[in-house]
Amino acid sequence: MTDWQPGTNRAMLQRRAELLSALRHFFLERSVMEVDVPSLGRSTVTDSNIESIYAGTFRNSGYLQTSPEYFMKRLLATGAGDIYCLGKAFRQGELGSRHNPEFSLLEWYRCGWDEYQLMNEVAELISQLHAKKSSQSLVITQRSYADCFIEAVGVDPHSAELGQLQEMAVAAASASWADETRANCLDLLFSQLVEPQLPLGLVFVHQYPACQSALAQLDSNTQGQLISRRFEVFLNRMELANGYLELTDSAEQRERFAADIKQRKLTGKAPIPIDQHLLAALDQGLPSCAGVALGVDRLLMQLEGADSIAKVMPFSWDRC
Amino acid sequence: MANYSTNEFRSGLKLMLDGDPCSILENEFVKPGKGQAFNRVKLRNLKTGRVLEKTFKSGETLEGADVMDMDMQYLYNDGDFWYFMEPDSYEQHQATENAVGDALQWLSEQDICVVTLYNGAPLSVVPPNHVELEIVETDPGLRGDTAQGGSKPAKLATGATVKVPLFLDQGDVIKVDTRTGEYQGRVKES
Repeated sequence: MTDWQPGTNRAMLQRRAELLSALRHFFLERSVMEVDVPSLGRSTVTDSNIESIYAGTFRNSGYLQTSPEYFMKRLLATGAGDIYCLGKAFRQGELGSRHNPEFSLLEWYRCGWDEYQLMNEVAELISQLHAKKSSQSLVITQRSYADCFIEAVGVDPHSAELGQLQEMAVAAASASWADETRANCLDLLFSQLVEPQLPLGLVFVHQYPACQSALAQLDSNTQGQLISRRFEVFLNRMELANGYLELTDSAEQRERFAADIKQRKLTGKAPIPIDQHLLAALDQGLPSCAGVALGVDRLLMQLEGADSIAKVMPFSWDRC
Repeated sequence: MANYSTNEFRSGLKLMLDGDPCSILENEFVKPGKGQAFNRVKLRNLKTGRVLEKTFKSGETLEGADVMDMDMQYLYNDGDFWYFMEPDSYEQHQATENAVGDALQWLSEQDICVVTLYNGAPLSVVPPNHVELEIVETDPGLRGDTAQGGSKPAKLATGATVKVPLFLDQGDVIKVDTRTGEYQGRVKES
């Protein structure tokens, strides 16, 4: 029996330790405070595409957190200022060459910033880490979701009819997309057709469709179309981070939670109790801020040229 | 047959897709951070041999295919069918020309083959990896020319044509790798 051993050699353990240390150093220099928030909470995310791992506790049920977002926002509402969290997050059923049910997530918030300022900081962080590994400079590209989508798919993601997106999704995947939601069709087409066409290097895709706003504010683009103030970061075509100009309006947050719950019911997913603590914090007032969550294991994969997440983790799920 | 969910898809699992039995080659889990999870699956259609790529929503299920690989002995061909026998039970199966496919050109009586049964009937036949066959037709051998490169076509007793070195002659028995169709060596001189 050899699977008691880690899946990484000592050199990779060292690379991981150096990365964690470099991330902490980056924020220390910028006076962003590390916060150590719980991994186990009484509530969790309501998003119908993210499943939390349910954990029975001795008196109450709990959920392993899929990101530190809600706890961090409660800190922000009390005036904690610029904060980051470098810890573990958990997602049910996510296992593959880029997924592990437990993974390391770096999440940070910048008060008074918008998402474009935060994108610049993400670029600085990744460029610094890249420069330690390679003498070639990292190519950085910034493009709107619509520009990427129109180029690769040929239709405008904001104005295309749902029926047309469903037809294209069926052609790109299988018949089971025929009655999918707009958000899920767009995601499928983006993964199948747009991602393989993205430039190499570090790519920021911004102005996501309004139906994929999650916890980002809504706005309109120069053509007057409704968009969300959300961005995603791709490093060599691998999804690495997701950021928002954070929604601070508690009434709108309530509506989005209600819509999530409805969608979960429609698709037969387990009901999730809404996080009343988060809503109370938003009622109290979340400062205007931008936040981003970045997959640390995937970053390490890219920096080390590993083709599977298991190769950068001492104990990926198949060894746990 | 049982149904299998995408998270049970493993390489080698046999499933029904659009009415045909297929074997899974690869299964890749894909999930955008905020999006729906899906699986990109590469399958081989066991009837046509064609490889196809399909994308399923994670959690979708497909029906298992009643497909089984079995070692069987090739008996004979009666002009319409090729007959194979299970060595333990002596049960015989008749395979169509379509099922025998490319294996046809390598089969000698009594060879042990892998026969894939679908709903109990032969669907495909894989010949032994190595077979020894007699050359029935080739240009006269250049005796002594064992060092020179160069090759010539030779027709074998079962109908296959392979490239062989120039020194070989009609009546020689050679060993061939059926997976590549390549000459491996001479077994017996004529």
